[in-house]
Amino acid sequence: MKRVALLGMPNTGKSTLFNRLSGASARVGNWPGITVDLMSAKMLLGGHIAEIVDLPGIYDLHGFSDDEQVVRHFLAQHAVDLVLVVLNSTQIDRQLALALQLRALGLPAMLLLNMRDEARRAGIGIDEAAMSQALDMPVTQISAKYGDGCPQAIQEAARHLDRQQPPVSAERISELLRADTQIEQEMESIVRRTVQMPAQLDDRLTRRLDRLLLHPWLGLPLFFGAMYLLFQFIFTAGAPLQDGMAWLLDSIRSLALEPLLAGAPAWLNGLLLDGIYNGVGTVAAFVPIIILFFLVMTMVEDSGYLSRAAFLMDAAMAKMGLDGRGFVMMLMGFGCNVPALMGTRVMRSHNLRLLTMLAIPFSLCSARLQVFLFLTVILFTPQQAPLVLFSLYLMSFAAIFITAVLYKGRLRNDEPFILELPPYRFPTLRQIWQRGWQEARHFLHRASKFIIIGVVLVWALTNYPTDVPPASSGTIAGHIGEWLAPVLDPIGIDSQLAIALIFGFVAKEIVVGALAVIYGLQGDALMQLMGQQLDWVQGMSFMLFTLIYTPCLSTIATLKSESKSTGFMMLSIGWSLLLAWVISFIFYQSARALGF
Amino acid sequence: MTNVADLQPGESARIDRIDAEEALQQRLAALGFRQGKELQLVRKASFSGPLHVRIGTTDVILRVAEARRIQIQQ
Repeated sequence: MKRVALLGMPNTGKSTLFNRLSGASARVGNWPGITVDLMSAKMLLGGHIAEIVDLPGIYDLHGFSDDEQVVRHFLAQHAVDLVLVVLNSTQIDRQLALALQLRALGLPAMLLLNMRDEARRAGIGIDEAAMSQALDMPVTQISAKYGDGCPQAIQEAARHLDRQQPPVSAERISELLRADTQIEQEMESIVRRTVQMPAQLDDRLTRRLDRLLLHPWLGLPLFFGAMYLLFQFIFTAGAPLQDGMAWLLDSIRSLALEPLLAGAPAWLNGLLLDGIYNGVGTVAAFVPIIILFFLVMTMVEDSGYLSRAAFLMDAAMAKMGLDGRGFVMMLMGFGCNVPALMGTRVMRSHNLRLLTMLAIPFSLCSARLQVFLFLTVILFTPQQAPLVLFSLYLMSFAAIFITAVLYKGRLRNDEPFILELPPYRFPTLRQIWQRGWQEARHFLHRASKFIIIGVVLVWALTNYPTDVPPASSGTIAGHIGEWLAPVLDPIGIDSQLAIALIFGFVAKEIVVGALAVIYGLQGDALMQLMGQQLDWVQGMSFMLFTLIYTPCLSTIATLKSESKSTGFMMLSIGWSLLLAWVISFIFYQSARALGF
Repeated sequence: MTNVADLQPGESARIDRIDAEEALQQRLAALGFRQGKELQLVRKASFSGPLHVRIGTTDVILRVAEARRIQIQQ
């Protein structure tokens, strides 16, 4: 099998090309020595089966950023038959250096000048034949977005693979790339001979939009307005989809699975249906939201607005050791933490990403909101309830702030904040859909094992030993609740609520359901009983703890797969438990001391 | 001696020198910041936020700390 690598600068449409070539067959590959996810896909190139690998976007082959190191590692350790260098035609005057660097390494390369449509509109003319001769590699102009020129590029790549040379890896990269000034001079000379371009691009639409969207006073309100609308859209459109999914899973259970398992022993029935199926179902209900989130995020990312948001919010975020893009993800976290964590991939610096991922789980997501709505109705008057909810949102921001400020020293990112502002672009429906679907698939693929183990564990804890009612004080979970009493008593959480917190570890969506199982009541009766047993100080303390401690298993699974570090996942779990306890403790004890 | 952070929105200047360690120098060079190139400060973000700079066909945002490293001649 042949190996073909895609290489290019950020914002050149490299991933769009990858998606176009790979279709639905892309998967996350496992490459020894490589610490980030690289997408790869097998496809037919002429008569060859080729594995195409999408390398991270880089500016420079010998730069110091994490992505640049990943690319160097990859090219040094994994031999390739062909490197497809993807450049943005409208910036060919500075991007050509990457192709020249690659040639200096002796790697078999082919140059794809992307965004042919934009270059034409901007009045940029490129003499492909002359450039191909000057570079000594095939050159093809394409538009990855619309597909123009892609068949020709594939044919050309296939012809190259026909020549049957052994694959090449590039060791000693930094030694071979000493002569920087030489590459620069050569680039200028080639561009002079083969490219005609105006001195500045006359992109009036982008300038006009920027004048409004980056306006000193209007920029921020417009940004918040836009975020609010997107957020509304995702969760207004997502809620019925999520309900539909839950209904579907319920129907499958009652119509197919229950009759099928009727003859099975009770423990197996319980494990399969109440443990695995319900737990996995709760997680599967995330899928519509994840697809929607990525549909919207693809639009925002590809439109170029994300870097504008970073421009607007950076001043405030810099003080917390974060940057403007982190803010967008935190806002998204208020809907659902999982896609927000996945969205941090746009950040290039590893430490910056980790700091942002440490802060995101404190965003009050829609699942936690359900628990709070349920409890505020029980414990507060209709006048008080909105204020209580608002204070929980403030607490969520405060937890993010405390976390970022405390950890910014340890997760220091010295990466300079320099971002390109691409022109506004409008992604095609195909681009948007492909991305949304791909992300949802990866979420399911990566989270599934982890989540099954988690739900089985919680099911076992609340169902063993079998001679007592499930989730009662006689079960293992009940014993754990009692055992935790010295820790949970000072924050006003009794052993019954402690069991609910153990359930909440799987997903906050099942906390209310768990309370029903624990108290053995439902609906109004449950609310009445809880209203009698809990006072508002205890309830508030429980809500603060629920807000701050680990959001759900899906979030933990995502934290682990995105950071590729079990240690980081443990840090996130440990830190959020500690912070939750400390804040609940301060609240509960001061409220009691004040006589409430 | 002036640097990019001293420019007012709308003003242009030529890059004289880039005082930065290798990593930053390379990143800037890859985006087109090289000696002798002409650049324009398009706008500044509120609350001493980043600067929006146009160089050739590329628009870039960078923080004031990085902009100070780019020495210019007006």
